[in-house]
Amino acid sequence: MEVHVDRGRCAGSGLCMSYVPAVFDQSEDDGKVLLKAARPEPGTAAAVRGAAARCPAGAITLSGGDAHGR
Amino acid sequence: MPHESTPVPLHTRRTHFDPADDLRRLAADGPVTRVSLAPGAGGEPLWLVTGHEEVRRVLGDHTRFSTRRRFGSREPAGGDGERPDEGVGLLMDYDPPEHTRLRKMLTPEFTVRRMRRLQPRIENIVAERLDAMERAGHPADLAELFASAIPGPVLCELIGVPRDDRDDFLRRCHAHLATGRGRQERTAAGSAFTRYLAALVARQRKNPDDGFLGMLVRDHGGDFTDKELRGICILLMLAGLDNISGMLGLGALALLENPDQLALVRDDPAALDRAVEELLRYLSVPHAPTPRTAVEDITLGGRLIRAGDTVVCSIPLANRDPHLTAEPDRLDLTREPVPHVAFGHGIHHCIGAALARMELRIAYTALLRRFPGLRLAVPAQDVAFRVRSTAYGVERLPVTW
Repeated sequence: MEVHVDRGRCAGSGLCMSYVPAVFDQSEDDGKVLLKAARPEPGTAAAVRGAAARCPAGAITLSGGDAHGR
Repeated sequence: MPHESTPVPLHTRRTHFDPADDLRRLAADGPVTRVSLAPGAGGEPLWLVTGHEEVRRVLGDHTRFSTRRRFGSREPAGGDGERPDEGVGLLMDYDPPEHTRLRKMLTPEFTVRRMRRLQPRIENIVAERLDAMERAGHPADLAELFASAIPGPVLCELIGVPRDDRDDFLRRCHAHLATGRGRQERTAAGSAFTRYLAALVARQRKNPDDGFLGMLVRDHGGDFTDKELRGICILLMLAGLDNISGMLGLGALALLENPDQLALVRDDPAALDRAVEELLRYLSVPHAPTPRTAVEDITLGGRLIRAGDTVVCSIPLANRDPHLTAEPDRLDLTREPVPHVAFGHGIHHCIGAALARMELRIAYTALLRRFPGLRLAVPAQDVAFRVRSTAYGVERLPVTW
């Protein structure tokens, strides 16, 4: 799975960071998403899919294997 | 404040925790319907969006659905009429690029980490309220002593209102908000509120502290007008008082009516994050975000919305959409979190969501810990609900322990 974030769309809710801190962070400068791991461990795939679905700005997209779950 | 005899607008009608039957019947007809929200009372017909996917499409598309209020009657959507003083800083009424300019400066002040710094202060506020409730003895009104007593002091902490000023500040704030947005007339207490905010802003300009206003002034002082800073404080009060008191009171009631689920949350703090998300979804206290105006013709949910039409999104119906989650009408605190829209969606997504989530988590946890035997002091059907407010809630919630 590959994770893409669109910082232009990001609304700065920090939800992704709260949900999967290993993959997402929130910038102290502008409050927007920072990607820590573009290719996360397979074990976090379900959580990353959850974070993408719940992102209030639709700023997280996924591609490659595992992107759509089960 | 609407008169008692005017009918409750359709989209705000509820039955206990659920959207009212007449509202549900509308949703059953399709995700987008043309209705009058005040039937028989001269309410103009508009579009009510009730499907989860359709609500996300409207809220996620700020270029075609404007939130900018029309300040003159002949002004087109997204027009450039002059914003009245009362509306300055109220971000939910702004479109880009004005919205982008203000939101960009505010977002860093509301990060998850920044909000966590407030945690010990919120814990203190909650503990003080619980002390007061314990002193008052049972039966006690949880709506008054807990649900409505916590959000105000928390907002004062956030904004940086000195402790000694808080009671006056909150009293004046209530008076100010009660006169309604955009209205010219103000009560004396309401005007005193604006004056207090002006003095607070002036003090922070001169001597910025580590609070929210101080940081804004330090980082972006010249980019905000005083009027904008005052307006942003009012925005935070508007967004953070009724929504949180609604969630605290209704959430407590939902837990008390479901003792098995209450036990789950009380005994396992790790389960609480998920529980808070489910309570946000299930209770959906804000009835609707700012109405949108279509800026061009758009087909949505099979209906043609014309440029200039008003579009209202129903939060409770979108969050009970069976396409969102299985058995949406069942409260299940173990439910896998879903993309509910209790905080909105898109560029106007609640800027204080991280604070709200933390505040709810702290308050529910402390309440259940302090009063392990907490229970209703009246039959559940006798609980009085708050129906005439921008956010649903309980009017009174007599409890014992």
